[in-house]
Amino acid sequence: MNQIGSMPSWAIWAVLAFFILVMAGIIFIRSKRGKDNLHRGTTAFASPYTLWMIIFTVLPCLLIGYYAFTDSTGTFTLQNFAHFWDSNYAKNELYMQYGPEAAALIRRGTVNVDTLTYSLWMALLCTIICLILAYPTAMIMADRELKMSSAIVVLFVVPMWMNFLLRTIAWMSILEDQGLINQLLSALGMPKAQLMYNNNAVLLGMVYNFLPFMVFPIYTVLGKMDYKLHEAAQDLGANSFQTFIRVTAPLSLPGVISGITMVFMPSVTTFFIPRILGGGNTMMFGDLIESKFLTEGDWNVGSALSLIMMVLILISLGILRKADPEGEGGGLM
Amino acid sequence: MRKFIKRFYLVIILLFLYIPIIVMIAQSFNAGKSRAVWEGFSFRWYAELFADSAIINALSVTLTIALLSAVISTILGTLAAIGIHAMKKRPQAMMMTITNIPMTMPDIVTGISLMLLFMFAKVGRGYWTMLLAHITFDTPYVILSVLPKLRQMNSHSYEAALDLGATPRYGLTHVILPQIMPGVITGCLLAFTLSLDDFTVSYFTTSPLIQNLSTLIYSKARIGIEPTLNALSALMFAVLLLLLVVVNYRAAKVEKAQQGQ
Repeated sequence: MNQIGSMPSWAIWAVLAFFILVMAGIIFIRSKRGKDNLHRGTTAFASPYTLWMIIFTVLPCLLIGYYAFTDSTGTFTLQNFAHFWDSNYAKNELYMQYGPEAAALIRRGTVNVDTLTYSLWMALLCTIICLILAYPTAMIMADRELKMSSAIVVLFVVPMWMNFLLRTIAWMSILEDQGLINQLLSALGMPKAQLMYNNNAVLLGMVYNFLPFMVFPIYTVLGKMDYKLHEAAQDLGANSFQTFIRVTAPLSLPGVISGITMVFMPSVTTFFIPRILGGGNTMMFGDLIESKFLTEGDWNVGSALSLIMMVLILISLGILRKADPEGEGGGLM
Repeated sequence: MRKFIKRFYLVIILLFLYIPIIVMIAQSFNAGKSRAVWEGFSFRWYAELFADSAIINALSVTLTIALLSAVISTILGTLAAIGIHAMKKRPQAMMMTITNIPMTMPDIVTGISLMLLFMFAKVGRGYWTMLLAHITFDTPYVILSVLPKLRQMNSHSYEAALDLGATPRYGLTHVILPQIMPGVITGCLLAFTLSLDDFTVSYFTTSPLIQNLSTLIYSKARIGIEPTLNALSALMFAVLLLLLVVVNYRAAKVEKAQQGQ
């Protein structure tokens, strides 16, 4: 348990206390130089929150960084990232020491890299399927000719608010060997199908859970869109396809981007859905990180994996921000 | 014809969203334990649900944590929003960056980083660590719902109150707070529902002895679905539906009253 054996614990506490004091000092001095007399004193209202976030957000992030770049004795190392690239790293290091015969046994373990690419691929598929299903849904919901009542909107909200574990478990009773679909099949005299514990089941669970998060941002943007633009385009001779490509689609882009963010990010990191619907057959990056920490107890490699995931997420967020600089999508808020 | 196709598509999507829920509700009334055979209608699983002390305990943990974390994060977040609003540009940008960290970080990283913190500080994980974690991910949402209201507010009214001899505390409670109240309430409700629904962060910040509903469902689902879980889902669905109907009904009433004026 004591992974920081090389440093006495009082030294760590001293470093921590010093760090907190310095940050608090900086914020205190800055708050003293308030905007003008107008808000004299009110900046200090933020100080409990600042302190809270330093202890419970900044510090934990630094801890992940600390564990990612040190080994179990607390000395600096980059080995954890080598473990990500080569999951047999420890074994291979041993083989290296035992001459050429052992060296022949060296094989790069690709589990970690494969898991990451698999997760990204599944998340991409899930995002694309959600987009294809959600865009027409949002368009129909925002359609003025149909006069959708707010009850329809509420119907889309309800499943989103239900505990997502229960929603995922609900699919089990439909897909499993004794489940609804297989009972229907056997009633029709057809052979049973293995529907659970494969990629498709995981993908279905992900699409089912994240679909509303794609529908709502697009619906919000389409609902706010000026309908006169539509009419103007048609008055100027555009057919409905042209109107869609030239007017509706570009204007709904912020909603689409915020939808992609809200579906892609959580689907890369989900670890419950693949556990339940994929059984042991599918492993996603979230599962890998969880098992590194809780099953293997290897905090250093686990932290390195978390760091890699965070960097990937920051990169994709950066790309999405570029596409929607004003952040008009807004999402659910 | 086009209208029909549009309606039909919407119905298909809604069916996709609701079929699992309907199946679960139906099964919650099945007298037998088997999910394959219908053995008659009964309330057996509802009775067993309320007799299961683990579920009742988890329910009380979930509700008290959601309530406490919503209240604490609303106070913390509202004060912070007022402070951040009054800050100069650069410290304001810095605070917003810190606020955005827990919102952009994946849940699993938030959970693990907090777990590392608690292990590092040698604090045993349990009820209180879970509460601390929930406050941490709730507060940024409160800030983001209060800040827009502060931007809409006329900042001179607070200054005027101070000039007329109000103490800062009086100015806060009698001038600022009433104007930003809608944002505070939205933030509080948001915090409550986020906490109620959280699985990942709770999973890493509590011990197996103290469980909320989500972590309990997770540990049960790994063994296989118990019919009591179906009953639980059915109940949760009914409560949610009732709440939303009431909220919508009231909103519609308010709208009508406004139109009448």
